[in-house]
Amino acid sequence: MTTTTNKNYDVLSTSPVRKGVPEKATGQAKYTGDITLPNMLYGAILHSPLAHAKIRNIDISRAKNLPGVKAVLTAKEVSNLKFGHSPARFDETALAVEKVRHVGDEVAAVAAVDEQTAREALELIKVDYEELPILLNPVDALADNAILIHADHPRNICQEVHNEVGNVEKAFAEAFLIRTDTFANKKSDGACLEPQAALANFDLSGNLTLWTSTQVSHYVQRTVAIVLQMPVDKVRVIAPYVGGGFGVKASAGSHEIIAAMLSMNTHCPVRLVLDREEVFMHNRARHQFYHEMTMAVDKTGKIIGHKHLSVLDGGAYSSFGIATIYYNGSLLHAPYAIPNMRYDAYRVFTNKPASGALRGHGGLSNRACFEAQLDMIANEMKIDPVEMRIKNSVQAGDTTASGYYLSSFNMRECLKEARDSSEWVKKKNKLPKGKGIGVSTSYFVSGAGASIYRTDIPQSTVIIKVADDGNGVTVYTGSNEIGQGSDTVFAMMTAEILGLELDDVKVISGDTGLCPIDLGAYSSRQTLMTGNATKQAAEAVRDQILAKISQRYKIPVSEFQLRGGRVLGTEKNQEELSVIRNRYMFEHRHFTNLVTSGPLTFSEVARLIYADSGSILGKGTYRPPDIQYSKEWKGSVVGASPAYSTQTCIAEVTVDPNTGDLTIDHLTLAHDCGFAINRKSIEGQLEGSMCHGLSEALFEEMIFDNKGRQINPTLGDYKIPTTMDVPDMNAIIIESNEPNGPFGAKEVGEGCILPVVPAIINAIRDACGVVIMELPITSEKILKSLKAKEAAKAEYYIYKPPAAADKILARAAELSKGSSAR
Amino acid sequence: MKKYIKLNINSTEYELLVNDNETLAQLLRGPQLNLTGTKQGCELGDCGACTVLMDGKAVNSCLVLAMQANGHAITTIEGLASNGKMHPIQEAFINAGAVQCGYCTPGMILKAKSLLDVNPNPSRKEIREAFVGNLCRCTGYFKIINAVEIAAKGQANKEAGN
Repeated sequence: MTTTTNKNYDVLSTSPVRKGVPEKATGQAKYTGDITLPNMLYGAILHSPLAHAKIRNIDISRAKNLPGVKAVLTAKEVSNLKFGHSPARFDETALAVEKVRHVGDEVAAVAAVDEQTAREALELIKVDYEELPILLNPVDALADNAILIHADHPRNICQEVHNEVGNVEKAFAEAFLIRTDTFANKKSDGACLEPQAALANFDLSGNLTLWTSTQVSHYVQRTVAIVLQMPVDKVRVIAPYVGGGFGVKASAGSHEIIAAMLSMNTHCPVRLVLDREEVFMHNRARHQFYHEMTMAVDKTGKIIGHKHLSVLDGGAYSSFGIATIYYNGSLLHAPYAIPNMRYDAYRVFTNKPASGALRGHGGLSNRACFEAQLDMIANEMKIDPVEMRIKNSVQAGDTTASGYYLSSFNMRECLKEARDSSEWVKKKNKLPKGKGIGVSTSYFVSGAGASIYRTDIPQSTVIIKVADDGNGVTVYTGSNEIGQGSDTVFAMMTAEILGLELDDVKVISGDTGLCPIDLGAYSSRQTLMTGNATKQAAEAVRDQILAKISQRYKIPVSEFQLRGGRVLGTEKNQEELSVIRNRYMFEHRHFTNLVTSGPLTFSEVARLIYADSGSILGKGTYRPPDIQYSKEWKGSVVGASPAYSTQTCIAEVTVDPNTGDLTIDHLTLAHDCGFAINRKSIEGQLEGSMCHGLSEALFEEMIFDNKGRQINPTLGDYKIPTTMDVPDMNAIIIESNEPNGPFGAKEVGEGCILPVVPAIINAIRDACGVVIMELPITSEKILKSLKAKEAAKAEYYIYKPPAAADKILARAAELSKGSSAR
Repeated sequence: MKKYIKLNINSTEYELLVNDNETLAQLLRGPQLNLTGTKQGCELGDCGACTVLMDGKAVNSCLVLAMQANGHAITTIEGLASNGKMHPIQEAFINAGAVQCGYCTPGMILKAKSLLDVNPNPSRKEIREAFVGNLCRCTGYFKIINAVEIAAKGQANKEAGN
């Protein structure tokens, strides 16, 4: 089910086989952990078993003496320079200095001749710890007398935000209806199938090559260079095939720096592959959020005011958290027009693995709370939930409360298509008991307008080189293919502009040694940003070819066109054509299958240029245009993007009233991706997002004991969906023409997870009158709620987050009292 | 303790020296064989990325000790294509868009082969049941289930001489 823009393209808007997929399906694709080098050693990391402790002493002597061990490193032996994600919050070191802050903090590292020896050596390292009080939840961490996890952050506050636009209190005073609700999600993991892995080779010339499973080759290169005090260009980062990222591989990790340190120390290549438990200990996925939201509407159901108090449990380090706390506010500023908004939030350090960014960064938990509340208000006012959303919707041309300009925004089309294809009108209020249908919308950014470190460099540079013999081109981009299909998108754009087949375009990406800088795969930026640079580079190649032929033929460039591997228009002068063709044929007289008729080929003309002046190169760069954001809303620069996507999910569920058992019967997801470049890939992103959203709604929770140890650090205990958990789904591509996007395209990978969780929550309410305001939604919670509802003889029952969440929010409210916005 | 074992891997006979605690997955991926098409996602039997065929049956190679495999026939993803031509299941996965990051793909394809060898015409429900031990984080499984259906139909058509 799709809508289509009517554009005449040969390659774009089709569903080709993706680049690299045959290699993946035959086992030829090499991921980092599959690569072996001669004399390679195996690295392993010793992690802290304690959540918070001083390191008194580390005795590595026995480990060092184990046969086969080539290096044992602690903070004493290596660089302790700090790194991190946000430049203002560099608070990590590769190996723990003086103290550990969570179970899993990296304490020591070993390189040995095989993996088993490396792991054995870890057991011989003796660490003398002095235990410190453990802070596992934000209310303890925010206490006035709490021990500080980082000495320079009083009350363990990593970041706080106080923002207001309009006048919320005034809006509340004028409201027809106001309601307040609380909500909490759980700390989740990325659960990429490929664990993080790094292979470092420090050579005799002082160059470091680092193969790593990353979403951001450039940031890893830069971070490693900072910590190891090397010139950036002496560090080459290569991302080979990458087995998923979803955000957790979007900044440099200790394991990458440690692999490099081990290689420098041993003068051998060192490969370090995390096991699944270590992946959980590294984490960097979605924060645990607590929300209290108050929404005010007028008598027509228009939202006139919104107040949001929130606490983010950040874990032990800042990671992406500064961005997360701002996104958590501004990602509620659309897809509804709300004139008066207030946001107070705290990101708090605790003794757990650091939270970072995950698909739909900073927009999932707040969206779930908001949409569940909006639905309850719609219900109270007897307004159809779809109508409620259309009534409040923004559209293209509007500006949000945080000042974002929506240059394309087909939210109403998404809503209408999802409504019609799910037969909402037939089903809403007409389903048998126990069955329900629910809706939600959302929006997301299409690339962060500001780069992570403050810089004036373009966000993307792309170089396209025509093969010297003229047979096809190679695209060089530092962007990262992580399984989302970006290489194919850039190849399709290039093929379209140069009139080539997709197979004529090779893509080399994610290798800082070969490719110009691109900031990488995060904040859904590559299709738009790298895509724009690719388009410009391909056009530069096209223009050189057309200029050359125009000069030869002495007729204007506009008379020629690249299509089907030919330079159309060259047949207009057969004499000139023959001269060029005969020259090419003479040069290639030992080759077979030469073209002998029709217009000149791309190869013939490209070779002509090569003969004159050498390789044909095209360069494209992208830097975001002046992006609008409100100076009044602090931090709004974080979510300011060249374009915004929007999406609607409709969920259909069945609840068993006797057991609380929940079945997701069907999911529909409509997403405005601008112009659809690779249709099958877009469907794949939508389907993957429905599954991922379902997973966070029903399953995902990292559970910790009272010592800060995760008790479910396996995929089997943590649980992500299997084939048995996912329903049939309908992925609907809604197109718009995004003026800032290449060919009108914008993001698809992240925004589409956002409406899935609230659509499920709202469907459950529709099915049985129970609103589950704490994730994950379990049968137990539903059953308890059903019983409570029955006991109270109420129409509805709201399953609230536990009292601990209220305490956390109350503490935040107390702290923010008197904080003026900004 | 090390011991020699005999394995038939992708129709070739091998005699290999293995550790008593070495898993089949480690042996396949290790320096003696370098068959890295077999992936490891958890080493606990949760994810199915290391699925290979042992005497035609799908097993998690991380849960099989190399020594237990002594005398058995193993098929890995590298052994599925023949004479440079991909297996129809591989083609179905590629054309159906069932491959995103690709880390689960070798295991999925071998699981599909083990299913279709015993049940050439599975229903969608049967496919779902068969794949419950193979995790994928990217696709939502929808196109993977489609790919298995397409492969089954392709096989049926081939047998019917179409």
